[in-house]
Amino acid sequence: MAENDVWIIGAAMTKFGRYLDKDVIDLASEASMAALDDGDVSIYDMDVLGAGNLMEAASGIGQRIQKQIGQTGIPVYNVANACATGATAVRCVFLAIKAGEADAGLAVGCEQMGKAGLLGASARSDKQVYEPSGRYGAVMSVEGRLGTTLMPGVFAQAGMEYAGRHDGVGFEQFAKVAEKNHAHSTLNPLAQYQKAFSLEEVMGADMMAYPNTLLMCCPTGDGAAALVMVSEAKLRTLSDEQRRRAVKVSASVMTSDPWTDADQVQPDVNTLTRAAADRAYEQSGVDPKDLDLVELHDCFATAELIHYDNLRLCEPGEAGKFIDERGPWRDGSTPVNVSGGLISKGHPLGATGVANLYEVATHLRGEAGDRQVDGAKVGLTHVIGLGSACAVHVLEKAAA
Amino acid sequence: MTDAPPARVPLVDYLVLDDGDPHLVANESTETGALYFDRRNADAKSGRPGFKQRRLENTGTVRTFTIVHRAAPGVPTPYVSVVVDLDGGGVVKANLLNVEPDPDQVRAGMPVRLTTFTAGTDDNGTEAVGFAYEPA
Repeated sequence: MAENDVWIIGAAMTKFGRYLDKDVIDLASEASMAALDDGDVSIYDMDVLGAGNLMEAASGIGQRIQKQIGQTGIPVYNVANACATGATAVRCVFLAIKAGEADAGLAVGCEQMGKAGLLGASARSDKQVYEPSGRYGAVMSVEGRLGTTLMPGVFAQAGMEYAGRHDGVGFEQFAKVAEKNHAHSTLNPLAQYQKAFSLEEVMGADMMAYPNTLLMCCPTGDGAAALVMVSEAKLRTLSDEQRRRAVKVSASVMTSDPWTDADQVQPDVNTLTRAAADRAYEQSGVDPKDLDLVELHDCFATAELIHYDNLRLCEPGEAGKFIDERGPWRDGSTPVNVSGGLISKGHPLGATGVANLYEVATHLRGEAGDRQVDGAKVGLTHVIGLGSACAVHVLEKAAA
Repeated sequence: MTDAPPARVPLVDYLVLDDGDPHLVANESTETGALYFDRRNADAKSGRPGFKQRRLENTGTVRTFTIVHRAAPGVPTPYVSVVVDLDGGGVVKANLLNVEPDPDQVRAGMPVRLTTFTAGTDDNGTEAVGFAYEPA
């Protein structure tokens, strides 16, 4: 018997059948809560969540379940693997326990294969009549009618919340972030766009959702990135050249959004970023001041600015001062997004979380060409998906 | 014979129109007091089930805002989206009406109150009524 052998202590399932009145989250919540009860544990005892689903695979199914049964901030792995989806969710929890990253985890597989309509036709005719539908009993789409939950507006509201609470943060500071990233991208041949814009051009571009103008929003685009990783034991068996170019993963952390009073109304990108960053600094023993470069998730310029604070790259509350003093420029105290960031390098959704690791690793290997940050030895990557999930990695050029 | 269709329905089921003045109702966790507008399986703060309905106040202050210029089809722009901290508890997202959609006219901390608007009319002549906030 090994210390990291894995045991099942709770198990449950719903009756399988057709549920016209329950969505996939209802079914998953029911099974999850019953399994926790069966094991005489609570969601607070779980260190990891594996959630398997096919039909709503892109919807952050694990986080949607958490928002019903317990938002404890644990890492969530949403998986899709054809009919092996449920077993893949189990594998995630199994691997986390085996790796020593979790003492306990919850794995859930769920599916709702029917379809619920939004606007129903009345039984007697083809008339369009209002019919409440969904978890909020809405009779039509609420987007734009009850505020906005589209990305430019959500991240604008996130940035404006920071601006309302701290001095020295306004439209200009947010725009300076985009000015920087567009300028940085001119040195990156892999960036989707490689064109610089003046601050006036950034602020004068078409307004999407104040204060985010078009030039302060990441584009849609296509692409991919990949990494090969090995164990330390494996690395020792490889060639001198492979060992010379090896980059150490000193920290790898995943978090989800813990419960706050507003999080289910306006996604909070601060809590889980701070938690992931603090855990990564602790895991790696690296201090934010030691970082030679950072690739963070600038889906919108407003996002990057508040992440300076969340990742502790600046003094608390002083993200405006940090950008005003050019701290995150490539020649500043902590270069941020020398790749051009999502804003200029691009954001093919599934690729970004690997692409930022490619960028930092390339600098640590001294292979970044014109955009090389000289002497880079330690870097941090940050990525965040709404729903929410945040991953922070710390990479180091260590003697292999 | 079926009943006559209703004159009006709320845009979302947490807006109550037929019990005094229009107001919002939330599901309040009996365990922690956490407030939610959706159908619940449990309280996301404690993991425990058990809810009661709680009527929320119609006044509050703006926590944050944006002014949307490019919107979903059918939505007139520009409009102001706000997150409001309601007096006595609850946080809600809605539009801010009866104000110039200008960043100089909206600020975090400004006091607001609930108002309603017509979101649409269906083929039966039923009006869908939405809620929003306006400067108080």
